[in-house]
Amino acid sequence: MGNLLVNYGEAAAMILFVIGFSNLLLHKNLIKKIIGLNIMDSAIYLFLAEKGYIAGRTVPIVVDGVQSVEAYINPIPAGLVLTGIVVSVSVSALMLSLTIRLYRRYHTLDLDEISTLLKKEGV
Amino acid sequence: MDLVQNFPFFSIMLSMFSGIVSPVLPPAAAKWVNRAAVTVIGALSLVLLLYLLGTGESYVFMMGHFPAPWGNEIRAGVLEAGMALFFCIIMLLSLLGGNHKLLTEVAGEKQSLYYILVNLLLSSLLALVYTNDIFTAYVFVEINTITACGLIMIRETGRTIEAAVRYMIMSLLGSGMLLLGLCILYDLTGHLLMSNMREQVAILAQSGEYHMPLLVTIALISVGLSIKSALFPFHAWLPDAYGYSTVSSAAILSSLVSKGYIFLLIKLIYRVFGFQVFHDSKIVNVLFLFGLMGMIFGSLSAIWENDIRRMIAFSSVAQIGYIFMGIGMGTQAAMTASLFHVMSHAATKSLLFISAAGLTDASGGSKKFADLTGAGYRDVEAGIAFTVGALSMVGLPLFSGFISKLLFAQAAVQNTGKLLPALIVLGISTVLNAIYFMKTVIRIYTPVGDEVRSRPASGGRALYVAALMGFIVLNLLLGVNSQPIVDMIGQGLGMFA
Amino acid sequence: MPGRGMPMSRLKPRSEYEKTGSFRFWRWLAGSRDPYVGEVEMKAQIPKEPRELTIRERMQERQELLTRVYDIENNKKIAFFHRIYVLAAVVFCLCFAGILVAMVSMLPPTGEADRPVNNEVPARYIESGLQETGAVNIVTGMILDYRAFDTFGESNVLFAATTTVLILLHEKKKKREDGTFEEIPSDRLLEPKQDAILQASATVLVPVIILFGIYVILNGHLSPGGGFSGGAIIGAGLILYLSAFGFEKTEKLFTEKTYKYVSFGALTTYCLAKSYSFFTGANHLESHIPLGTPGAILSSGLILVLNICVGMVVACTMYTFYVMFRKGDF
Repeated sequence: MGNLLVNYGEAAAMILFVIGFSNLLLHKNLIKKIIGLNIMDSAIYLFLAEKGYIAGRTVPIVVDGVQSVEAYINPIPAGLVLTGIVVSVSVSALMLSLTIRLYRRYHTLDLDEISTLLKKEGV
Repeated sequence: MDLVQNFPFFSIMLSMFSGIVSPVLPPAAAKWVNRAAVTVIGALSLVLLLYLLGTGESYVFMMGHFPAPWGNEIRAGVLEAGMALFFCIIMLLSLLGGNHKLLTEVAGEKQSLYYILVNLLLSSLLALVYTNDIFTAYVFVEINTITACGLIMIRETGRTIEAAVRYMIMSLLGSGMLLLGLCILYDLTGHLLMSNMREQVAILAQSGEYHMPLLVTIALISVGLSIKSALFPFHAWLPDAYGYSTVSSAAILSSLVSKGYIFLLIKLIYRVFGFQVFHDSKIVNVLFLFGLMGMIFGSLSAIWENDIRRMIAFSSVAQIGYIFMGIGMGTQAAMTASLFHVMSHAATKSLLFISAAGLTDASGGSKKFADLTGAGYRDVEAGIAFTVGALSMVGLPLFSGFISKLLFAQAAVQNTGKLLPALIVLGISTVLNAIYFMKTVIRIYTPVGDEVRSRPASGGRALYVAALMGFIVLNLLLGVNSQPIVDMIGQGLGMFA
Repeated sequence: MPGRGMPMSRLKPRSEYEKTGSFRFWRWLAGSRDPYVGEVEMKAQIPKEPRELTIRERMQERQELLTRVYDIENNKKIAFFHRIYVLAAVVFCLCFAGILVAMVSMLPPTGEADRPVNNEVPARYIESGLQETGAVNIVTGMILDYRAFDTFGESNVLFAATTTVLILLHEKKKKREDGTFEEIPSDRLLEPKQDAILQASATVLVPVIILFGIYVILNGHLSPGGGFSGGAIIGAGLILYLSAFGFEKTEKLFTEKTYKYVSFGALTTYCLAKSYSFFTGANHLESHIPLGTPGAILSSGLILVLNICVGMVVACTMYTFYVMFRKGDF
């Protein structure tokens, strides 16, 4: 068992990651695939947030001039999550706009169906 | 600190800045800004390379006012500078060679957007090459992915957009795994800078603490990056993406984007995990196996393909298989061979894509083999260039492909466990390569008789021929004068450790 | 002519009484006027134009469809492979989850201070971050000063994504011969354009939202927030304004040019500022940027400037994404 009971947050993050992953593998619908991608990303942010946490300490914003290490949690994972969120916003926007273009042209969200239509088009 | 040592930083910032300026410029100006930036960065990298060969030592460059474990760093050694120079040359030649197709295939007002993407792509490649920080590497991997997707779908047809979607899905799967691996690694080591991580990983590997998480991390990172660089079972997006995008994009994607990820993987192997730790984890065998499978199945798909661009694309799958076979062999010599093959394949594959564009143009725009009969007579320069590329791919002496196959074979001899499979597959793959490339070369030189279709008169022909000549010279240079380059790679790998 | 239920006054003549508030109130109460009629634009969506098909083509298509649907051999194969694929994918995912969860059980315990991540790196950020960066918010100090290169890369991710979205979805309005512009078919015409409730609430909310966004940006180094969150808030305000008042109003204030020049200006400032600080840092030169008194708005050196730049880029990007998704043109 190891630290599983203490690390339940990370375990949840990992399960979420795999759920997102399986969404990507099993769903044909592009929107559901994008949702899967977002679940994967969020799972990683949950993992990072858990990594930064230290019991009994507060957010890393200096209050009342207290600057001791014992007072604040680790600020690095928070910074990484911030960067990661922006990246996933950009990627989602790009994926969604690709989906819009495909839907306008082929009136379907199923990637396999689009491939069949493309073969029929024979460009 | 010498001024020369600032050059990696100048290169990254200059390419980014030229990307930022491009949207407010008209397309023609954006094009010239891009060309000037790539040339200047190439020159800077050359000076840096000469400087580093002179000093023989790598150095780190602080991005900001804070030293090692706290701030952000980039690092330059011989290999990094050499790769940066090489990437600049390939990018410039690919853009020059594909310029005339770009003008016809991309809508006028979107051309300056194309140059934004190219500049950002270059900056991300440079950052991947130079970075000494894994999270920076992740951010720039994402820039690389997004801009590469943009390069695929800038030619807005149904095929390219579908290819872009498939590319993004695979690629994001890869970046998800990469990011997860990096986060776990951060949790185990407490650092984000490669040099500090390496110390911690060495301690962990020695004490045997966190053995299993470390293995999982290595697996996640390697698999993530190999998905992104289209290693064999993950290559489904590749033929459409390379086959239907505009030709400069195809050349840039095949020769630079996937190579950037491979270079990052090699860098992580040396600079974070340490060669021994990576070798002791059994993931090398998986990469070796996938590499071998890619070499065979990529070539087989290429033989069955009836479209010249897609054939070249499938050949890329096989060549990436070669590179991963080298990484999977797990010896220094094999690593050198892989890195040499990164260069040789980049020089050859972009040559093939660009010359194929000339051949298809001379055949009424059709990419089918039946229509390409005799194309070598209709577009003489493109025909010669394609033949050079094909001979290099098959591995004839004088050309760069020969040297990389020689290096792979030599490396295989040193590794007794993997000697037999490596040599057998190398042989089979060479034969298969010869079949489909020679088939194409014979096809384009089969006389058609009286019916000679005239070559479409397009502007910028001189530029196109110049780019082809540049690629041929580069290829012969790598083939004839290989020893200094192999030495440089060896020296660079030595600096990694 | 006063209709049924129309309020009347015994003290004022009709024409005068209609101007008062009590008239409007009683009329509203009586429900004699529908506030939506004539105000809300409700147009039916343009129906998809049916393609002209000859009977033969139709029959052929139907035949093709039938052969494809009832190709039982092929269907069996596909179903078989699909089943194998699903099974393999599920097994793979379960194994993957198992490995990851097993790995988590071996990771350092969460919540304890004695872990590899809590080493000298966060210690320095916390202990001397205030003096070295001037930012009270340690996370902001970290991402915009200690590890600023990442954050610069991240703004470029947004910039690259906007560029790709523009490539995909930007449709220039086509000029007709008489000089007017064609309506772009992707605009959602069914959407109510003059919704009274939305407009009334937007009038109150938009300024507040945008002010709040500016507050979050300017206080990025003092409190939770910063360029990205503040920019997203401002972007949300702009989107609300657009939804309530339509494109005609927003085009006066935000066009493609605005996007281009704002992002160009902000990213250039960012690039130059950071280049200066990287250059001086690496060459061990004095940076000459005053850090100010920690806790004041005008403090923490470049961080405030960078936050403003990032905020501008993010606000423009969010708004551009929305416009592109909705209509395809500014």
